[in-house]
Amino acid sequence: MNFENKSFDPAVRQLLGKSHKDGIETVWDRFEAQQPQCGFGLLGVCCRTCVQGPCRIDPFGSGPQKGVCGANADLIVARNLLRSVVGGTAAHTDHAYEAVEALYMTATGKSPYEIKDEAKLKAVAAKLGIASEGKGKNELAKEVAEAAFADYANHGSTPMKWLTATAPPERVETWGKLGVLPKNPDREIRTAMHQTSMGVDSDPVNLILSAVKMSLVDGYGGMHLATDVQDILFGTPKPVVSEANLGVLKADQVNIVIHGHVPLLSEKIVEWARKLVDEAKAAGAQGIQLSGLCCSGNEVLMRQGVPLANNFLAQELAISTGAVDAMVVDVQCIMPSLADTAACYHTKLITTMPIAKMPGAQHIPFEIDRVDETAQEIVRTAIGAYKNRDPQKVQIPDVKSKVIAGFSVEAIVGALSKLDAANPLKPLVDNIANGNILGACAVVGCNNAKVPQDSFHVGLVNELLKNNVLVVATGCAAHALGKAGFMTPEATEKHAGDTLKAVLTAVGNAAGLNAPLPPVLHMGSCVDNSRIGDLVTALAAYLKVAIKDLPIAASAPEYQHEKAIAIGTWAISLGVLTHLGVVPPVLGSRQVSTILTSEPAETLLGGKFYVETDPVKAAAGIIEHIRGKRAKLGI
Amino acid sequence: MKEILIDLKKCLSCKSCEIACTVSHSNSGSIFGAVLEEKKSRPRIHVEAGEGASFPLQCRQCEDPKCVQACISGAMSKDTSTGLVVSNPDKCIGCWMCVMVCPFGAIAQDREDKSAVKCDRCAGLEEPACVRACPTRAIKFAEIDEFCKSTRKEYLSNFQFSEEGK
Repeated sequence: MNFENKSFDPAVRQLLGKSHKDGIETVWDRFEAQQPQCGFGLLGVCCRTCVQGPCRIDPFGSGPQKGVCGANADLIVARNLLRSVVGGTAAHTDHAYEAVEALYMTATGKSPYEIKDEAKLKAVAAKLGIASEGKGKNELAKEVAEAAFADYANHGSTPMKWLTATAPPERVETWGKLGVLPKNPDREIRTAMHQTSMGVDSDPVNLILSAVKMSLVDGYGGMHLATDVQDILFGTPKPVVSEANLGVLKADQVNIVIHGHVPLLSEKIVEWARKLVDEAKAAGAQGIQLSGLCCSGNEVLMRQGVPLANNFLAQELAISTGAVDAMVVDVQCIMPSLADTAACYHTKLITTMPIAKMPGAQHIPFEIDRVDETAQEIVRTAIGAYKNRDPQKVQIPDVKSKVIAGFSVEAIVGALSKLDAANPLKPLVDNIANGNILGACAVVGCNNAKVPQDSFHVGLVNELLKNNVLVVATGCAAHALGKAGFMTPEATEKHAGDTLKAVLTAVGNAAGLNAPLPPVLHMGSCVDNSRIGDLVTALAAYLKVAIKDLPIAASAPEYQHEKAIAIGTWAISLGVLTHLGVVPPVLGSRQVSTILTSEPAETLLGGKFYVETDPVKAAAGIIEHIRGKRAKLGI
Repeated sequence: MKEILIDLKKCLSCKSCEIACTVSHSNSGSIFGAVLEEKKSRPRIHVEAGEGASFPLQCRQCEDPKCVQACISGAMSKDTSTGLVVSNPDKCIGCWMCVMVCPFGAIAQDREDKSAVKCDRCAGLEEPACVRACPTRAIKFAEIDEFCKSTRKEYLSNFQFSEEGK
């Protein structure tokens, strides 16, 4: 059977053959069974907001043009879009809030975590205007956590502190003029759900502005807050060498796969897996091999060097290697099918979060104050399951790539400061100005069954690098590019254009690598898109221009989640051209699609969406945009 | 010869068949392309709801088509090799006699060309778009004998069930 149209990843193709033989249904089977998908849904013109419906607008004009209440296609599409952005923002803010709770409990001695990064704590405190002199780390951490809680309890009219403390002043002013500065994340989410309920807002433009506002909640009350707090608790990532792809699983070790998004539990699983190696050996294994899926995988890669197993679309296939003793999941992007897959093997599927349970899985509840016990129980459950592994069913693809990850902004600035300690950004900016680096593109987001896994990420990045565009990556896009070998010095030799190669070689040598920096920098999980935001904020500040004037772009080639829609809206709100490789469900409204992809967004925000479903054409469009921005800057 | 046949119990009025039909008869052949086309494509299948049931109606490709008899310009014809009733837009004069005589209301008007358009069973496709699009498989593309056999089997299983239940 031909699996090339399913995935670019050779390990996945091998395992699809095995799954087929084992009689396992996968995401691709279900995607095929869903074809063709509902046209009303694809265009965003189905409304299920009230029970007079569901209503659908005929996109071809001969059928109904209004829902029962009178809503037309523009209104329905705009309302649905805002609700998607709310969904994504709720996920990120809930994640961030949990991290803040952990920080607060740690600061007040009620959790077993420790504050690992005092420098980051002080840096965050300084941005918030909290003095750190003479304060112990727990005292300062308590004040920082209280500042975060204060945003979530803001009953006044001042904008969210985390936003005004970390976003560029030029943007704060622009957003202020548009009336989209959010005050309190929870309140904005509540208001937007109210605004989109039956019979409230009928103005598509007003709804789009609320989507912009919501995306700022996502950007600062969600992503930025989560990254900051996780760095304080677990350490700011530094460059780390590891591996990616299912070939990291070990036939003779207890394999634990960490899956989800919030690193609170996974950090402890890493700690306890290392401490309980002897128990694994007593059970006949050579050790414990951890690996990660999705963004919990990225988090423990960035900070602990834990290898990546694979990205979103291959989560079932990890289990069908037959070698996974336990898969531990927290929240987000966890396929409900996992329990069915796990039931065909010895794998223990362990859910841990009160809002993410699954029939057929074992639930070991995560609680901050008992996290050590929970992590131990999980590791021991995996060791127990190892004994039941059936070697006849095991097939680990011999496919993996080396990856260098851990490029936080602090790490990037650290590497650059080896070239110019006083002005670390100067070498980067000089090389952008002289054209050695044409520009930069953030390649982020998910996998989507509509796109052969990883193919768009790889196809796009090949073209960008050839044209001397530096790439930074997060999320499942980072997994894809890591698996495809883009996160190594060798990739710079192989894929980067001549001038980009020269710059990366100079920086790499100065940083003591004796090799070029990789041409694709792994900047972390999907909440770590905030790191990319910080990097472009710093670049713009150094150049004394707005972010919208920089020769940069963003791309979510294979996105699927509501979170990605929120992140993309945040990116255009920052002033960044944001490419989408999958058509978003808005084409049913000419008005909404026009606003988001052309002049209105560009004039008001500086950024806009750019939809192109062909990787090579998308790269050409991004490069043309970068050249246009360079021309305007006169470089 | 296969016919488009409907399982009356399964239609949920989702109109996926209408969309798929419209896209199948557009220039681009894709939903995203079709909505952006200047000349809007039209569906040749229509879901109508009656008392307690809904039904996707399209040309039944009658053996003795009234529309062909009524057509004065020769635009409507019965292709005996394919069994399809074919409408030729070049010959159609837009008199709508076919529309008046069709007992199923299955003939539509192309708004721009002012010509009659009707189901062509997606000539060229192995399976008509409406059949492929139906999420409940209410629309089937099957031989009459095959359809009847499955109906008989279903009847029989119900029959046995109720006998046992006594």
